[in-house]
Amino acid sequence: MSTVLDTLRNAFPGRLLNCEERRGARIYCDAAPEVIVDAARELMDGHRARFITATGTDTRNAVEILYHFSIDGEGAVVSLRVTLPKDRLEVDSLAPLIKAAEWVEREIHEMLGVRFRGHPDPRRLLLADDWPEGSYPLRRDGEGGQS
Amino acid sequence: MSERIIAIGPEHPLQEEPECFKLHVEGEKVLSLDIQLGYNHRGVEKLAESKSYDQILFLMERICGICSTSHPFAGVNALENLVGVEVPERAKYIRSILGEMERIHSHLLWLGLAGHFMGYNTLFMWAWKTREIVLDLLERISGNRQNYSMFKVGGVRRDVKDDEIPSYLKELDRLLPALDLFRGAVADDPVVHARTKGIGVLTAEDIRRFGAVGPTARASGVDIDVRRDDPYAAYSMVDWKVVTGTRGDVYDKVMVRILEMYESHAIITQCLRKLPPGEIDARVKEIPAGEGIGRHEAPRGEVMHYVRSDGTNRPARYKVRAPSFMNVATNTKAVVGQTISDATLILAAVDPCYCCSERVSAVERRTGKRLWSGAELVRLSQDATRRLRAKMGFPHEISKDP
Repeated sequence: MSTVLDTLRNAFPGRLLNCEERRGARIYCDAAPEVIVDAARELMDGHRARFITATGTDTRNAVEILYHFSIDGEGAVVSLRVTLPKDRLEVDSLAPLIKAAEWVEREIHEMLGVRFRGHPDPRRLLLADDWPEGSYPLRRDGEGGQS
Repeated sequence: MSERIIAIGPEHPLQEEPECFKLHVEGEKVLSLDIQLGYNHRGVEKLAESKSYDQILFLMERICGICSTSHPFAGVNALENLVGVEVPERAKYIRSILGEMERIHSHLLWLGLAGHFMGYNTLFMWAWKTREIVLDLLERISGNRQNYSMFKVGGVRRDVKDDEIPSYLKELDRLLPALDLFRGAVADDPVVHARTKGIGVLTAEDIRRFGAVGPTARASGVDIDVRRDDPYAAYSMVDWKVVTGTRGDVYDKVMVRILEMYESHAIITQCLRKLPPGEIDARVKEIPAGEGIGRHEAPRGEVMHYVRSDGTNRPARYKVRAPSFMNVATNTKAVVGQTISDATLILAAVDPCYCCSERVSAVERRTGKRLWSGAELVRLSQDATRRLRAKMGFPHEISKDP
């Protein structure tokens, strides 16, 4: 049994749910949006976690962000899942805490239209300068990904 | 002196890929760096959602020409994590053989380019010549020098022929004297020391902040390697060690890569000698609904693929995190306070001619009068080499031409 899993199950009661370890030391938790920065801090400081990246997915009704952390000493990957409703696509930025999240969040912002509150540099990263505003390539809610 | 911006890229004849580095400089000193990506964005993740699982590994193979093993490697690890299939032993060994051959040819390519950027073109020629040994072996095993098409969910597509293994081992033996040569060429050359030691330093804390991986992290003493930390393929079944540095400068990044090639050589030869008989494919028929995360230690560091399946024959989401996405951002720290000429080496993929061209004639700023003749410049250059040799602990004089 992973010590990280114990921590995640107990550290944020009611706000970090359904923590489970799946095949190959892959740990998944559902996180309430407001707890993501604290949970990330706990992983980084308490378990020497390394931020790998975050995956944004349009599930049609919502946008899901999976924040992936590596616990290198245990060969484990922890993925914290935050689900944002389509009418309120915003969450606190991890970038002030983890420099590595800066580009990752810029990418999710331009691909899916999620606003990261407190991001130090929310410019476009990958899309062309003349790509139309408000059009998000990985969105699934209409023609051309219009929101 | 006022601040100026030197833009390197997005398109430049000596830059292999389009990327834009904006160096904010005062005189020769770099104050800050702004990096613009996206010139090579091809929408691979979106494209993957329209491909069947059989097609996806071919798509992943084409993300990068150099890492055409690394992406499908991470891809099969992710899909096998989702499916929960055990890969036959023989396929695991073959996968590690391919992964390490790719590491050697990638490190040699980089070493050659690093030499080229330092003006050490002999190293460039040697490294790329030696790289051919590995590319020829890859061609004999897979049929291709690049894009090997070897990976499939549950195994590999082509077997290694047992009766050819002795000749593979013989070819691999030719690598060792070449690696010794490269180690010497870097360790015993005062110019390489001067150009790389103490340049572009990243501390272990910087690595952690930027989430950097691979040789970039290990050169700073951050002891991480997915092959050991989250074992897969045959990496836990052979003897090898993770190479780390201490200083985090360009020199340690060069050395870590050179020493890693010895480890890769050890892994490949052990895998070839111990290659177990049997099947090479677990014959996975379909991908059930679920999520999978797979990782592979590519030449540049950890590649991570995340795949989500809804039970159809194509993924609902396919996410790729390449190591360079994390490593390139460290440049914004590594070049600050350095000179433009060192910045080119730190960025390691840009043309140093921008600064060279401003140095061929030195003029007195007020009058525009030339200060030095060609002969005087040659003398200055020789004096500088002498000072450099003394400073770097090479007391003996330059040997006379034979």
